Amino acid sequence: MTTVEKVPATSYQQFMPADRPVQYLAPDGTGVDSAARYARPSDERLLEMYRSMVHGRRFDQQATALTKQGRLAVYPSSRGQEACQIAAALCLGEQDWMFPTYRDSMALAARGIDQVELLGMLAGYWHCGYDPAAYKVAPQCTPLATQLLHATGFAYAEAKQGRDTIALAFCGDGATSEGDFHEALNFAAVFRAPVIFLVQNNGFAISVPLARQSAAPSLSHKGVGYGIGSEQVDGNDPVAMMAVMDEAVKYVRAGKGPVVVEAHTYRMDAHTNADDATRYRKADEVEGWLARDPLSRLDSYLEGRGILTDELREQMTVSADADAAALRAGMNVEQDVDPEDLFRFVYSSPTPGLTEQRNQVAAEIAAGELS
Amino acid sequence: MTTITMAGALNAALRDALTEDEKVVVFGEDVGTLGGVFRVTDGLTRDFGDDRCFDTPLAESGIVGFAIGMAMSGYKPVVEMQFDAFAYPAFEQIVSHVAKLRNRTRGLLTAPMVIRIPFAGGIGGVEHHCDSSEAYYTHTPGLKVVSPSTVADAYSLMRDAIADPDPVIFLEPKRLYFSKDDIELGKTEPIGTAVVRRGGTDVTLLAYGPTVSVAMQSAEFAAEDGRSVEVIDLRSLNPFDDETVAASVRKTGRCIVIQEAQGFAGVAAEIASRVSERCFHHLHAPVLRVAGLDIPYPAPKLEHFHLPSADRVLDAMDRLQWNDAPDLSKAVTV
Ligand SMILES: Cc1ncc(C[n+]2csc(CCOP(=O)(O)OP(=O)(O)O)c2C)c(N)n1
Repeated sequence: MTTVEKVPATSYQQFMPADRPVQYLAPDGTGVDSAARYARPSDERLLEMYRSMVHGRRFDQQATALTKQGRLAVYPSSRGQEACQIAAALCLGEQDWMFPTYRDSMALAARGIDQVELLGMLAGYWHCGYDPAAYKVAPQCTPLATQLLHATGFAYAEAKQGRDTIALAFCGDGATSEGDFHEALNFAAVFRAPVIFLVQNNGFAISVPLARQSAAPSLSHKGVGYGIGSEQVDGNDPVAMMAVMDEAVKYVRAGKGPVVVEAHTYRMDAHTNADDATRYRKADEVEGWLARDPLSRLDSYLEGRGILTDELREQMTVSADADAAALRAGMNVEQDVDPEDLFRFVYSSPTPGLTEQRNQVAAEIAAGELS
Repeated sequence: MTTITMAGALNAALRDALTEDEKVVVFGEDVGTLGGVFRVTDGLTRDFGDDRCFDTPLAESGIVGFAIGMAMSGYKPVVEMQFDAFAYPAFEQIVSHVAKLRNRTRGLLTAPMVIRIPFAGGIGGVEHHCDSSEAYYTHTPGLKVVSPSTVADAYSLMRDAIADPDPVIFLEPKRLYFSKDDIELGKTEPIGTAVVRRGGTDVTLLAYGPTVSVAMQSAEFAAEDGRSVEVIDLRSLNPFDDETVAASVRKTGRCIVIQEAQGFAGVAAEIASRVSERCFHHLHAPVLRVAGLDIPYPAPKLEHFHLPSADRVLDAMDRLQWNDAPDLSKAVTV
């Protein structure tokens, strides 16, 4: 028999996020006063993040261009959210898993996923595009917040088997209103699952502003009620972002339980290329955020530290352009699609009904009715 | 031989699976100390530990979503939804993820699991404690859907469901939980196979789960009227055993499908259509359905108006155009 146990007398304060988002850099890249609760990442890692951000920004631009050429059905831009996603990806170990959304292409690229594969879903070839087991990255998830539970169950199961794996689950501000967000936080807390929930609060869920999602002091505060260690960070401050994620990874890996991190950021572009953001936000608001660009912020900071030189910058631009060219070329190659794939993976082996339909499609193809 | 209830057989199946495969885990609401509201998980936590059979927070989407993650990591979750009408919060996880993970990743990730759902009516349950939700799941590619009608099948289908590489929705007829049989538990026919429960030559009754006994009873009554009725227990709604069904209907030329669920756009409609497509030239009458009424699940005192009864099946049988059938014995006179 389990008996009713008293709720452990932990202080709620141990879960409390900072009053204001953790910040290490001012928008102009100069250092700001910070409580410095978290260790500052090394210049070497910051430079690596910078490189990844340069590539990410270029990738984003290229992907948007590919939508105009009809190569991609749609593309949800990450411009402005590079620091959040890349810092998170770079803080993980090789054995760890990510559970991303449709918007997290920067994180996926930083994880090393081939850029053509990364766009496989949006190009319409197949629903995942990349090998999730090889990269340890679950398929990009569109039913909002559902993946947070997968990450939780996965992290719990890995720990149960004595593996040193943590899970990093991504979601947006809008997704925190979904029931699964709350169920995931609660399950994670109750089962002490080694999972990090990274909420990228970019201010909007398509057109709906944050004020319509939540009246909480911050989205990170939502973790407090579940007994989860929580923090909020300036998501456009790459140094703060990496410092906080480093600590979150350390905490979770040490078996102290899950963590919620809210990254305050902004979606510089529309929700996707198909969206018209001028219908719901003002130009001066966007302007204000463009001035808080995470890329130029890190650029100034690294230049100030004498680490980023014109030469290095030039090198990175060239290599990012080369990647973009390779992506263009890759996307211009029409991949074969196999109609057998329609049936092959519905079940471990096709049911009699599916076999019948496969034969029917094969016959239609043989008769030249389909190609 | 021992006398065992269907709940007991399901419990035995879970026990044997937990014993044989350390990756099997059982979880849900009240499945631990209490042993489940229908006692299917009775004693599992005591005997296998809270590690293998455990209570979760009260959140159905959470349970199934968590199970997906565990399955991705190599476990074989067997989760319980407390009642059919309380499984709906998990619907998104089931339809969007459980059913699709293999397909969307080209088989690189899978989430095999068993989702146990106490199923259908006949127990006088108050509102939201009874529902017939099989069509939702059966309509979803990627899921297998089974429902036992016998104690022996409850054990065997559960063992097979747990061993299955695909996710299985396991519908446990509530009214049969405490039905008993004197049997040795063991293997019966696999998932995807329908079984002839009673041979006959005049008409085929197709039933599953809770309606199999209604079909058997109808067959008894019909026999008194001189009609020879074949009863098929479908057992598996997906995959569907077209072969066994069609072989029977080609022989009898008449067919009635029985389900408790409301009839409109239900599983019986699909089955009737498949039978018509495959057996048209053998049919002496349209395939009929005897289903629940097209109403939200009724209050306990009205339940018996809703549920298919033997009388309703016999009435349907009378409508199978027996008199319109050409008398072929006279066709060859000179
Ligand atoms: C369950 C569900 N409801 C609705 C949608 C349609 N939808 C796609 S993205 C989106 C907005 C999500 O906003 P947020 O969580 O803040 O993430 P962001 O797109 O800003 O990164 C909506 C409503 C969906 N994908 N899933």
